[in-house]
Amino acid sequence: MKPTDIGNPDYFHKVVDCQWACPAHTPVPEYIRLIAAGRYSDAYMINWESNVFPGILGRTCDRPCEPACRRGRVEEEPVAICRLKRVASDYKDDITARLPAKPGSTNGKRIACIGAGPASLTVARDLAPLGYEITVFDADKRAGGMMRSQIPKFRLPETVIDEEVGYILDRGVNFRGGQAIDSLRDLLKEGYEAVFVGTGAPRGRDLDIPGRREAAANISIGIDWLSSVSFGHITKIGKRVIVLGGGNTAMDCCRSSRRLGGEDVKVVVRSGFDEMKASPWEKEDAIHEGIPILNFLVPREFLHEGGRLTGLRFEKVRAERGEDGRRNLVATGEPDVLMECDDVLIAVGQENAFPWIERDIGLAFDRWGMPVVDKVTFQSSVPNVLFGGDSAFGPKNIIWAVAHGHEAAVSIDLLLRGEDVRKRPPPMTNLVSQKMGIHEWSYDNDVALDLRYKVPLKDQAIALKDIKQEVELGFDPKLAFAEAQRCLNCDAQTVFSANLCIECDACVDICPMDCITFTENGEEGELRSRLTAPATNPTQDIYVADGLKTGRIMAKDEDVCLHCGLCAERCPTGAWDMQKFSLDISHAEHQACRSSA
Amino acid sequence: MTYLPKPKFRHPALETNELGFTHRDYEGAISTLCAGCGHDSISSAIMRACFELSLPPHRIAKLSGIGCSSKTPTYFLGQAHGFNSVHGRMPSVLTGANLANRELIYLGVSGDGDSASIGFGQFAHAIRRGVNMCYIVENNGVYGLTKGQFSATSDKGSKSKRGVANTDTAIDLVAVALQLGATFVARSFSGDKGQLVPLIKAAIEHEGAAFIDCISPCVAFNNHDGSTKSFDYVRAHNAALNSLDFMTSRAPITADYEPGALEVIELHDGSSIRLRKIAPEHDVHDRIAAINLLHQRAAAGEIATGLIYVDQEPVDLHHHLATVEKPLNELGEAELCPGSAALERINAGLR
Repeated sequence: MKPTDIGNPDYFHKVVDCQWACPAHTPVPEYIRLIAAGRYSDAYMINWESNVFPGILGRTCDRPCEPACRRGRVEEEPVAICRLKRVASDYKDDITARLPAKPGSTNGKRIACIGAGPASLTVARDLAPLGYEITVFDADKRAGGMMRSQIPKFRLPETVIDEEVGYILDRGVNFRGGQAIDSLRDLLKEGYEAVFVGTGAPRGRDLDIPGRREAAANISIGIDWLSSVSFGHITKIGKRVIVLGGGNTAMDCCRSSRRLGGEDVKVVVRSGFDEMKASPWEKEDAIHEGIPILNFLVPREFLHEGGRLTGLRFEKVRAERGEDGRRNLVATGEPDVLMECDDVLIAVGQENAFPWIERDIGLAFDRWGMPVVDKVTFQSSVPNVLFGGDSAFGPKNIIWAVAHGHEAAVSIDLLLRGEDVRKRPPPMTNLVSQKMGIHEWSYDNDVALDLRYKVPLKDQAIALKDIKQEVELGFDPKLAFAEAQRCLNCDAQTVFSANLCIECDACVDICPMDCITFTENGEEGELRSRLTAPATNPTQDIYVADGLKTGRIMAKDEDVCLHCGLCAERCPTGAWDMQKFSLDISHAEHQACRSSA
Repeated sequence: MTYLPKPKFRHPALETNELGFTHRDYEGAISTLCAGCGHDSISSAIMRACFELSLPPHRIAKLSGIGCSSKTPTYFLGQAHGFNSVHGRMPSVLTGANLANRELIYLGVSGDGDSASIGFGQFAHAIRRGVNMCYIVENNGVYGLTKGQFSATSDKGSKSKRGVANTDTAIDLVAVALQLGATFVARSFSGDKGQLVPLIKAAIEHEGAAFIDCISPCVAFNNHDGSTKSFDYVRAHNAALNSLDFMTSRAPITADYEPGALEVIELHDGSSIRLRKIAPEHDVHDRIAAINLLHQRAAAGEIATGLIYVDQEPVDLHHHLATVEKPLNELGEAELCPGSAALERINAGLR
């Protein structure tokens, strides 16, 4: 194998699994250490810089970081990264003084953001401090988009949305609530230098099966129903409710139903339990509230009597792998299942909809009716019209919308300064030794053996009575400290200097995970098989260094390294050192600072 | 040295031996020796050897004297029996323990000070008597605990860290062990586990007095230019006579060897040493030739390592003394108090 180029920012970035997996690349270990140190405001600001909505995401994020967390490969469960983020938000002081100041004067360039969801708000936050005049439009009176309309209040209290949306709108952003945009052409005529479309995926899929029309009075589309609940238009539902669909919207629907009078609430899903789109923890939360999830049942007919819904008929299916290797659902041939109910909520998917974009203004759409959007710049075929969030590439989640917003803001800034949009600003990286003394590091390298802590919940009898009552209480500072100590500090990198190594084997002997091997070089596949412990996880790199006196190489499997620093403590010559790798993704604001400097 | 205990987490795909243990189950307390000490590598090789032999740790007794090397039994085989004796007296304590319970596996761990100076006589007699043991000297050629004076194994002319040359002649423990009748004699290097681990395995399984002289650089006081026990010097002057694999009678033989290059030494318990010769003229069964070769290599400025001598039919102290087969703690009342008739017979034999 070729020696590893640790100068490439991607190499050590990949070792910080959580940060690498996060669409916004939030420096997770850094803020977790600050939480452990009780520096909640500092932890909050790191998050705010990177993901804009720490309090909201700390309750609702889809957490791509957690399945990636190294801890999950070392023991059973990852660090509760998401809920630690909430701790920073819950216990911080007033941080308003630390937010970027409103610019004294504008630069005269006007930008319109359509939709006031996370993507648009991120664009606004990144660009407003630079002096751009931002106008955000939304059909709803209040900003927040789907974060406000779709996520039930028992998961995300209104006050948290108000606070974090407020931080952005207070940067001098012009918000026009209650003003739906019904023509892009007309908007462009108003002379905006750039338009950002962040309108989400607002259309819920319907289920066109017999009886749909006849029983329509008691059948609702999940996302529409959730926003009606959110805005207080709906406050009641029947006693027996069936929710169709296996995604997170279905989980929100069933749990909301339980709070609005639903006593016998069921979720019915076509696929198997493991194949459901909902996050494992959201399924768990629903089951915890006494909601059964029934799998492998395909809805065939709404049953009705005198114009009133009486129930549903389902066909039983099973999963079978077809010749092409794909899973197909085939009928088992057993008799259909009948279920009685009073109301049905359909949560079988969402779609984008752009009825307000004229097809003759030069903006290209693909054959599925989706705008053609560049994956790097987020520009449409009209260079100054950009897309982000769910409206760009279909339904994802808040953290992806934030990441899109950052990139789109970079593009807009480059575009309006007349620079090449394709030349993306590189991330800021740094690598600094953490050695404080002979056996002392700037981070706590004593690996905690604790298993993952559970977030305390509100008493269920109280929680189910009030739809606005937040279910999770969040970690208290003591639990937060214990959970934070589970973090392995993966950003404290093991950096090897071959010219200092005397090949004494001390690091090999002390490494608790058998990560390090000194051996003859070879091809990667063959080398992986003969390391001290076999390196069987191909998604994790082997760190190779040559230049040793015996002509061998040092090969370190990054897979399950605990970053405990024992190799560096045992090294007599300092050939191993623990160095903190930091990587800040460039946002529009950084770019502007650097070019003006 | 580290203050932190080694985290309990281990590699999820770690191999297990016949007892279901991983090599982590053979660990002891965290070492307090200097970072990079050769002794820690030897501890690691001992753990690896015991793991590979699938030895139950509680059937092993590890004994040592005083010194950096004699501290190491704390750092491996935490479940084994241990005895940290008076300086240089480990061989006698080991002999006594072995006589009392012949069923344990005896590991004598000592250093150049403990075995070549204060305990030289003790060392000599334990070897001479053929005590069934694996005696390892962790040889760094320096008194590390007292900050770097020459030891009895420091080579004549080698320099201390302060640049002073040694004027005394060195004791070569390998030559002494050969002369005193050890039935298994080897030398190795802490920086070469590929050679050291099979040697320790073979020495443990050898049913007689097995001696390994293991050069172990002292990173604090004897790893400089002018030292003859530094990592660089030993690597540059290492003349390996052979390399070997140790095969237990249970393990299937999987390795492929070129025909002719391999000598298989069958041991009477069914295990075998598979020896690949690097110096073709060296015969590991010839004690006199081994002594000669050792002196020739030393005169040429080389350090001969590998398996130097082995007796395939060793006899040990129990055989010489015709002791009882069972460990003493397993003897019952009938055996310990054979009655007045037996006493009569003994008394009659003395008249």
